[in-house]
Parts: sequence; C-alpha cells; structure tokens
Amino acid sequence: MTLASLAVQLLNGLADASAMFMVAAGLSLIFGVTRIVNFAHGSFYMLGLYLAYSLVDRLGATPWGYWAALLLAALPVAALGALVELTILRRIYRAPELFQLLATFALVLVIKDAALWYWGPEDLFGPRAPGLAGAVQVLGRRLPQYDLLLMAIGPLVFALLWLLLNRTRWGALIRAATQDREMLGALGVNQAWLFTGVFALGCFLAGLGGALQGPRLPANLALDLDTIGTAFVVVVVGGMGSIGGAFAAAVLIAEVKALCIALGTVSCFGIELSLSRLTLVAEFLVMAVILVVRPWGLLGKPLALVRAASHHEAPLRAASQRERWAAMVLLAALLALPLLAGRFPYLPVLMVEILVAVLFAASLHFLMGPGGMVSFGHAAYFGLGAYAAALVTLRLQWPMPLAMLAGAGTAMLAALLFGWFCVRLSGVYLAMLTLAFAQIVWAAIYQWDDLTGGSNGLVGLRTAAALASPLAYYYLALLCSALGVYLLRRVIHAPFGLALRAARDASGRAQALGMDVRALQWGGFALAGLFCGLAGVLFAFSKGSISPEVAGVNRSVDGLVMVLLGGVQSLAGPLLGASVFTWLQDLVARETDYWRALLGGVILLLVLLLPGGLAGAWRRAGRPGEGA
Amino acid sequence: MGSVAARAQDTIRIGEINSYKAQPAFLEPYRRGWEMALDEINASGGVLGKKLEVIARDDNGNPGDSVRVAEELMARERVALLFGGFLSNTGLALTDYAKQHRVFFLAAEPLTDKIVWQNGNKYTYRLRPSTSMLVASVVKEAVKLKKKRWAIVYPNYEYGQSAVASFKTLMKQAQPDVEFVAEQAPPLGKIDAGAVTQALADAKPDAIFNALFAADLGKFVREGNTRGLFEQVDVVSLLTGEPEYLDPLKGEAPQNWIVTGYPWYAIHTPEHKKFVEAYRKKFNDYPRNGSLVGYSALMSIAAGLRKAGSTDADRLAAAFSGLKVETPVASIVYRPQDHQSTLGAFVGRTGLKEGRGVMTSFTYIDGAALQLPDAEVKKLRAPD
Repeated sequence: MTLASLAVQLLNGLADASAMFMVAAGLSLIFGVTRIVNFAHGSFYMLGLYLAYSLVDRLGATPWGYWAALLLAALPVAALGALVELTILRRIYRAPELFQLLATFALVLVIKDAALWYWGPEDLFGPRAPGLAGAVQVLGRRLPQYDLLLMAIGPLVFALLWLLLNRTRWGALIRAATQDREMLGALGVNQAWLFTGVFALGCFLAGLGGALQGPRLPANLALDLDTIGTAFVVVVVGGMGSIGGAFAAAVLIAEVKALCIALGTVSCFGIELSLSRLTLVAEFLVMAVILVVRPWGLLGKPLALVRAASHHEAPLRAASQRERWAAMVLLAALLALPLLAGRFPYLPVLMVEILVAVLFAASLHFLMGPGGMVSFGHAAYFGLGAYAAALVTLRLQWPMPLAMLAGAGTAMLAALLFGWFCVRLSGVYLAMLTLAFAQIVWAAIYQWDDLTGGSNGLVGLRTAAALASPLAYYYLALLCSALGVYLLRRVIHAPFGLALRAARDASGRAQALGMDVRALQWGGFALAGLFCGLAGVLFAFSKGSISPEVAGVNRSVDGLVMVLLGGVQSLAGPLLGASVFTWLQDLVARETDYWRALLGGVILLLVLLLPGGLAGAWRRAGRPGEGA
Repeated sequence: MGSVAARAQDTIRIGEINSYKAQPAFLEPYRRGWEMALDEINASGGVLGKKLEVIARDDNGNPGDSVRVAEELMARERVALLFGGFLSNTGLALTDYAKQHRVFFLAAEPLTDKIVWQNGNKYTYRLRPSTSMLVASVVKEAVKLKKKRWAIVYPNYEYGQSAVASFKTLMKQAQPDVEFVAEQAPPLGKIDAGAVTQALADAKPDAIFNALFAADLGKFVREGNTRGLFEQVDVVSLLTGEPEYLDPLKGEAPQNWIVTGYPWYAIHTPEHKKFVEAYRKKFNDYPRNGSLVGYSALMSIAAGLRKAGSTDADRLAAAFSGLKVETPVASIVYRPQDHQSTLGAFVGRTGLKEGRGVMTSFTYIDGAALQLPDAEVKKLRAPD
C-alpha cells in the first residue's frame, strides 16, 4: 500500500466519522442530561433516512428542494422524540435505573414495524445530491464530493453544539443538569421542559444524521440496530455526556476501520490474517482497550451521582412461610404439568423454553440486582456454555452429564476472565465493557469456522437417549432451572450475598469494614456466569443445533428486558419477567403479522402501568404503602 | 404424525417456517408466491382429494426459534410436513430437525451447500440452486473474460465465504494463471463502502468478483460508480440480477456486469407468461425471484404428495427422489443422489432500460449441468 492510498483511506474514514458523530452526539446529550440509555436512538436515525427519501421524492426536483428536504426530514423526528419524552419517558423517570431502557426497546419494535408498514420491505435508495454527485481528484484517486461535505458537516455540528452548550443560557442549564439535576430543579428551573428539549435535540441530530446519509446508503429496516450499537460504542469510548469525546471517538473508530480495510490481508509469521474481516468487531475491540486503560472513556469524567436514583434499595427479606408454601405449590404444579401434555402437546416444548429463559434471567438478575452490576453482554456466557457443551459432545463424544459440566464451567471461566476487567469499572461503563467482551466472543464464534462452524453454527447435537422425549427433557430443564434458582437465592441470603449487597449499597463502608469489594464482585460474575452457562447448555441440547446468535447482542437485550419487565428489586420478578416475555413472544408471533409492534405495544403498556415491573405491582397490590 | 393429520379432516396441513420480519424484502414476495400456488392447487380440487392448508410461522431469523416453531407446528398444529427457510443457519437447523424427528422438510431458499451435502439427510430436499451451483453458473462466463488479476468482495458470513471458496477453486481449475489480488469481507449489512471500494481500486484488478447483495450492494455500486471503480474492469456478481436487489438501484444499476438473477420481464414461454399474468392479477405487482421460489416450492410439495399418495414422511421422502415438477421457468427434477432440485440459474449481463436495471442477453443454465460429479457428491454426503 502506498502512502497516497493510505492518505485517501484516512479521508474516507473522516467522512464515516462525521456520520457516526451526528448520531452519537445526540445519544450522549440525552444520556448526560436525562440518564436515559436511549435504545431507540438508531430507530430515530433510520426514520430520518426514510423521511428524507420520501421528502426528496416530493420536493427533490430542484437543488433547493433537495437540500430543504434533507433538513426538513429531521424535524418530524425531533417532534416524535419530544412526543415520546412527554407521553412515555416522563412518566417513568422515577422508576429504577435502566427501566427506561425497556420503554425505548419497545419503541424500537414499534418503529421498525411502522416503517415496514409505511415504506414496505424493499430497500429505498434516494438520488444523489444535486451539485455534489461527482468526485474530486485527490492524490490520483477519486473522492466523492459528498464525502467532502460530510467531512465539513461533522466539525460544523460539533462547533454549533459547543457554542450552544457553552455560550447560551440553555446550554448552561444543560451542563448544570448533567452535573446535578436535583440542584438545578431546586433552583427553580423547569426540568421537565429541559428534558423534553434535550430529547428532541438529540433526536433531531439522529434524524439529521440519517437524512444526510440518503445519498450514500439505501433506507432499510436493519439500520436501527446496526446503528445503535456503533453509536453506543462511540459515546462510551468518548466518555458519556462528552460531545468532544464523542467526536474524538468517532474519528478514532472510523480510522481504525478504514485502516483495517486498507491493509486488507496481511501475512504475519506465515499466517494469513484478513484484517478486512476484523471490521466485524473493530469498534468493540477499540472499546475494550480504551475502557481497560481509561475507565471513563477518552474525555469522560466519573459520573455525578443522581440522587433520585441512588436511594438504597430495601433489603431483601428471606421468604416468609406463606411464600415458601406458594413456591412448593408452584413446584408441585410444574411437576404435575406433564399430565396436561396429552391435551397440549406443545406445552412441554414451550415450558423448556421458559425454564431456560428463567435460569438465564435469574443469573443476570443476580449480577444486576444483588451485585449492582448491569451486564449488556450476558449472552456471552449463555453462548459459551452452549458452544462448549456442543463441542465436547460432537467432537470428543463426551457423555451428556460431562458436557453439561463442561459448558457451565467454560462459561464460569469466561466470566472470571471478563469479570476481572469489568469490576474495575462501574455503571454504564461496566455494562458497555461486558458488551464489548460479549461481541468479541460472538465474533470469535462467528469467524472461527473450523471450530465453531462459523455463521452456520453446530448442527446435530443429541441428548442422552433417556432424555430424548420432550417430557423427559422437560424434567431435566425443570431440575436444572429450579436448582439453579434455589441456589442463587441461597447465595443471596448467605454471607457472601449479604456482603455483595453491602458492597453495592455502600462500597466505601464495605471497604472500611474490611471487605474486598472487587473480589466480591468478581465472585458475583463467576456465579452468574456459571448458571448462565448452564442455561446455555440446556438451550443447546433442547434445540439440537446452535448458531452464533446464542451469544448475540439480541439475546443479551432479551435478558435485560426479562429482568426489567419483572422488576430488578425482587427475587421473583425476573422469573416472572422471563416467563411472561417468552410466553408473549410465542403468543403474539402467531396472532399477527405485525407481532413485533404488538409485542412492543404490550411492553410499553406494562411499562406505563407498572413502573416497578411485574413483581413491583404484585408487591404494591399485596402491601399498600410499600412503593417500588 | 402424518396419519393423524390425514385422519383428522379433509385438509392436509403444511407447516411453513421463515424469517419474514428479518428478511422482508425477499420473503414478502416469497409468501405471495406460495399463497398463489395454494389458491391454484385448491381451486383445481386439492391433492389426494383434500384441500391444502399452509400454516406459516416467523422464526425471527434465528435457528433456536426455527426449531421451536417447528416443534409447535408438529405438536400443536399437527402439520404433515414442513417447508421454508431463508438463511443458511435456520435452514440447517431445520434440516437437522427433519433428520432427528423424521419429518419431511423442503428447504425452499437457503443456499448453503451443507443442506444437501455434509448435513444432507433422507428427509430433506432443497429447491433453490445452492451457492456452489450459482458460482458454477457464472464461472464459465468469468473464464471467457480471460482476466488475470481478480479482486474479490463478499459479505462476511457463510454464503459469502463459500461462494468465494468455490469461485477460487473453479477459476484455478479452468485458468491456472489466475491471481487474486485483493479480498474484502465487510460485515453483512455494514459495509464501509468508500473504504472498501478504494481498497479494491488500489489493487488495480482486471476484474472483480462480487457476492454482496441488498443494502451492501447499493452502497458498493454507488461508491464504485462515483469513484470510477467499475470503469475498465469486468464485474461478475452473484444474485445482482434478482429484482429484489437490482430494482432498488434504479437508474444507477450497473451495466454490463455478469450476474445471476430472474429476468421475469423477458422470459416469454407460455408457462411463465401465465405465471406473471396470474401474479399481477392477484397482487397488482410483478413477481420477484422469491415469488418464483415460493410458488415452485408449494407446487413441488403438491406433486410430491400426489406421487406418494400419502402424507407419511418416509413415503414422501421416497416420492421426492427423482420427482419431476413443472415450474414456471423450467421442468425440474429432485436429484436422488443428493436431494437437490435441478432448478437452474439465469445468467446474463445487466443493462439499463427506461431508467431501471434489467438483465439482457441472458441464458437459462439447467441445474443438472451445474453439479459436481456424482462420485464427489457421494464423498461429501453421508449415506441416508
């Protein structure tokens, strides 16, 4: 590769960086002020692109009309953002941390189906930008004129945002809210409108970022999730809430990718390494490295405490006599369930699915609730458990019990490895580092064809002959799941669990009492990984074939949804959440073509009606006065 | 299981599993295809004296769900057989499900060779030409170009990887002096088109082999046009001639590329004209490649049921071996040796007509001509 081609590749990277920055800046602003992890940000970006396509179609005959259409496309997106903030998010600011994630997840589902309904399934590619359709010669190579414009727009938006934040009163309020929003409220500033305004501005940037991509990429329905991952990474690498950091991170990540592509295939010590394939996880590798070295991102600072959210959670009680009886009755009912299998032959199959989800959610909840560490990458342990068990069965012909141990053990080892790095961080940074590790695991599984079968996965896994019938397998799943949930409960009420909760609620005091907080949290990771791995093993044997999707980000998100839907603060909540979510998914998918929107709608409704999760509502109904 | 359904009423229930929400651009037309076939079959009196009923399920593009809905269809809906699949991994999961539970499964769309070779089994048949058949269909044209330096770009997952592997092998056999000077494997759906285009151009290839499709293809074509990548370079491109992928490119559709696809506008046989007219009448839209596949899949099943005279999985599997089916584009046979149908590929050059991309000067290459020698197939495929 010549120096000239390298230079032009770096310019390509700059154009991509601009696009990334627009989306990430809005996300970062929203998080900084409202502390909402806006999972729907990619959907707003996608909407911007679709709207730009439609508007260009109507107005784009003249150059003026074309550029007006691009700008106008961002306005409805901003309006929709404001509407979402007013009607949904505003009602749940007081809900436990991350609960808003559930609402924005539901929005993703609804917006995707709405876009499918309105714009149809086909990719929609808008025309080129008038006046900027051609290319300019740079170092003997052609560079699209439009890329030059994007390169200019990125820094321009950055400068405007800087002026807004640093030279206007509204900007001062935003910065104040980022640092201490209760104090700002106490000073008489109407926070509600500030939040709405910031949310709308963030969505405007996302919409504009999408609209500006119109001449470069077709509007399609996969853009929302493709974008949100990268946007989160940019925000976190830059430092949550830091616009300058987001800009630096966008440039860094885009250039790393451009470099990977430019280098192509390289030979190193006789090994052919395809760097272009590395673009699959380049951003997550960058994030892992940055977070290990700089725990708050490039330009971020430790997050200011949000007082409202940092209230201590009520200590967990041991189960009362009545609750114990209820649990025994439930277990007896589950044991007797196969009596119904004659009339409902699908029931055992669905129940296995639910039991696997319950164990998965319980292990995630152990980390999130008592451990106080949110994981965005819990699927990694699920996937590793599934793959390890499948590999020792298929390649080494290990018997099933040994394979189950191998799966759970591998997951635990991975949790120990990743946890060692993660417990050095906190809050959203910790969550994003777990995501980075999970994506690296996913990419390794996805690319390591010889071992894992690549994107096709492993096929032909069989259970021991005695467990081949659905009923027998149901009892195995019930045994593992019930035992797992019981053991996790025991741990939570044992000295280790008490110490873990102390470390979560008052880390400083716990340390003063001689507890090794990091070691405790590390242990929490190991246990969560172990049981999550077991869930993965059960999944693998129940399906007979697995693919990299078992370790994919969707599964991690599903886990979060289950736990949040059930309620983080109770032990039974996640079990309930997992059961309801799995059952709903199975049910609505059969009822309508637009099942995604329906599922999203149901979740939104639950979020609005039950801001403490399902278990919170249960508790409130049972004992008035003890709010969530 | 089949006997239960057959006894039950006067319908034969058929389960269909696909990733409708994850891959709508291809699968909406596909659904219409089998819907139309279903109406035609039932209007002419059904099969074995019974009406057909298709119960479709969405698997969300993930193999775990494919297996779950398969179990649901078998246990709850009591379907007699299964068809569908789009992605390689969901297709393989269903292939294995069919083997494990002795259920007949017709893989309609999935392209991976493994469905009929390494993971092939008694109960699984496949309609669409496989990745390696598609590659074989364009290699002859690629060799005719007599280009030495090839650059390669493909989406980084099974279909792309195996397409490239087949292409390299076949090219080296036919043209030993061929060189592969650059290789780019962007993640599926997330190509950094500018950088990839430039990296390919910097390698100064004489020709390009492309396996990108959908949104990746659109981005690549636009960047390539702007940056002049395709001037003076021949391009061989899989799937690009399918309306699903060519039509979104509109006036910017590439010209003179060698592609596989489905030129529905220019196939003038009476059978095909009838198919297009019926489709237009029913849906007020033109058929895509998916429509053809969906239609032919259900028509194959009807033919198989007639030949078997029963819904029993073993008898169906036996009936499909060597089964002849008339599709709108050709008459096909399900090969006994590997259960692959001989549905072939349209190979031609792309061009522009009235502001949209079309295939010009194409030929239909029969699938039987795109196969490995039987001895090699036998080595790849475990005995049933």
